[in-house]
Amino acid sequence: MSFTTFGEFLAMGGHGLYVWLCYGVGFAVLAGNYVSARHARRYTLRVLAQRQRREAIRQSEVNRRESESEA
Amino acid sequence: MNWTFFHKLGSPRWFYDLATRWQPWLLAASLLLLGTGVFWGLVFAPADYQQGNSFRIIYLHVPTAILAQSCYLMMAVAGLVGLVWRMKMADIFIAAAAPVGASVTFLALFTGAVWGKPTWGTWWVWDARLTAMLVLLFLYMGLIALRSALEDKDLVAKASAILVLVGSVNIPIIKYSVEWWNTLHQPATFKLTEKPAMPPEMWIPLLIMVIGIYCYFAVLIFMRMRTEILERERRTRWVQKLVDAQEPGAGR
Amino acid sequence: MSQRGARTMFGALWCIIRHDMRLAFRHRQSLFNPLTFFVMVIVLFPLGVSPDKAFLAPAAAGLVWVAVLLSMMLSLDRLFQVDYEDGTLEQLSVCAQPFYLIVLAKQLAHWLLSALPLILLTPLLATMLHLDAAHLGVLMVSLLLGTPIIGLIGGIGAALTVSLRSGGLLISLLVLPLTIPVLIFGAGSVLASLDGLPVQGHLAFLGAMLALSITLAPLATAAALRAGMSG
Repeated sequence: MSFTTFGEFLAMGGHGLYVWLCYGVGFAVLAGNYVSARHARRYTLRVLAQRQRREAIRQSEVNRRESESEA
Repeated sequence: MNWTFFHKLGSPRWFYDLATRWQPWLLAASLLLLGTGVFWGLVFAPADYQQGNSFRIIYLHVPTAILAQSCYLMMAVAGLVGLVWRMKMADIFIAAAAPVGASVTFLALFTGAVWGKPTWGTWWVWDARLTAMLVLLFLYMGLIALRSALEDKDLVAKASAILVLVGSVNIPIIKYSVEWWNTLHQPATFKLTEKPAMPPEMWIPLLIMVIGIYCYFAVLIFMRMRTEILERERRTRWVQKLVDAQEPGAGR
Repeated sequence: MSQRGARTMFGALWCIIRHDMRLAFRHRQSLFNPLTFFVMVIVLFPLGVSPDKAFLAPAAAGLVWVAVLLSMMLSLDRLFQVDYEDGTLEQLSVCAQPFYLIVLAKQLAHWLLSALPLILLTPLLATMLHLDAAHLGVLMVSLLLGTPIIGLIGGIGAALTVSLRSGGLLISLLVLPLTIPVLIFGAGSVLASLDGLPVQGHLAFLGAMLALSITLAPLATAAALRAGMSG
């Protein structure tokens, strides 16, 4: 252990601002990448699902009209 | 050379399945490694004789700097593969890697600047290594801008590949700039042939962080590539089945 | 384009150079714009920073170099745009001569039209910036070596964005980072001369980069043009 108290740990021998600024921004950027990737995936899935549903509805309409015109 | 593996890599579906299976393990490994590295570096590693505790920033700065450069090299290789063998997976990799590489480069610059203040007394200095890293950030941003400006997917793939290959001339300049010019920046911590100048209590957590960040990079890349594959292969049966199977709004 | 002499390789390249120059001279105004921009950018610095010789003399080399860089960026989208839009570029890409050499010929014409005037104007501007005549020679040589490099790398950027309507700003974004080594060695040579240090190293580096660009850049440019035309 390089520090004896938690207070010392936070202060980092006077360099606390620099160290915690770095690790804070670092965590934010790295975590942000994960969140952004996850969000992109969910968005894509939602859009694709919507398109597929719309396509399915359109297809069943076409089928219905074809079977009506045959009947 | 196992050509079967190479050809399988070109199949989006095969890659999607592989990435889906490996992702959770890589995530667990990366969180474990990064967590251990950060904790060790912040709490257990001894303070540097000259720099004091600001030295601990090294555990973020060096891994991100290494990743920033190797990500660009990976994109260059992918670009070459895409141009020569016309694999669309290569372009999918570049699409996924560019934003991650850009943010990691930014992080390297930011942590380097903040580390510089207590160490050298200045937030920024225009020496070769820092400047070349800044140029690397511009190269990433240029690539992202080009990709968003062009419409046709084939053109985007070829143009990106050409741009990345041309820009990869910059990477050797960064790597050897410390030897070419007298600069303020420290020489490389890890040399392939020599033992590092730091004691093990200092460089082992650094190594753990480097491996950890590569694992995390793989997780991010896999996530983005899988999303990109779903988008591009949306007309295939397997994607349509997959989309149907997902509940609306959910995603893993 | 004249048919005469176009059968040999050099004849064809000379045709292209003459053709580009003739087209450019028909729109003479567009030749003066980058020149005017060049002068204006340089004038901005004494006005915006300081007119003192103590600031301007050491900064002169860098100011000239940056102004040259920015002016060349402006004229880059003229390199391929016109020929792309009227279909000439496609014709050139399928003709008997290697596309690589055609690109090189167009780059030469472009350098003559956009970079050479800037270089010729440099002595006047350097005097306005209080740069000693002794160092002016080094500046001129560095520009002569460096501006073709900028043009060649810029050509890659112009080719990548040829299919876009207003690719000008994007070209600068792509090309400027790649030309930073040229700027460093170009301005650095004059700075070395100001300090009384030898300049051969800097100029040799510029020469090496020029050799590399002449051989490799047109490859990338031609590939990017083909990709842009088939898209």
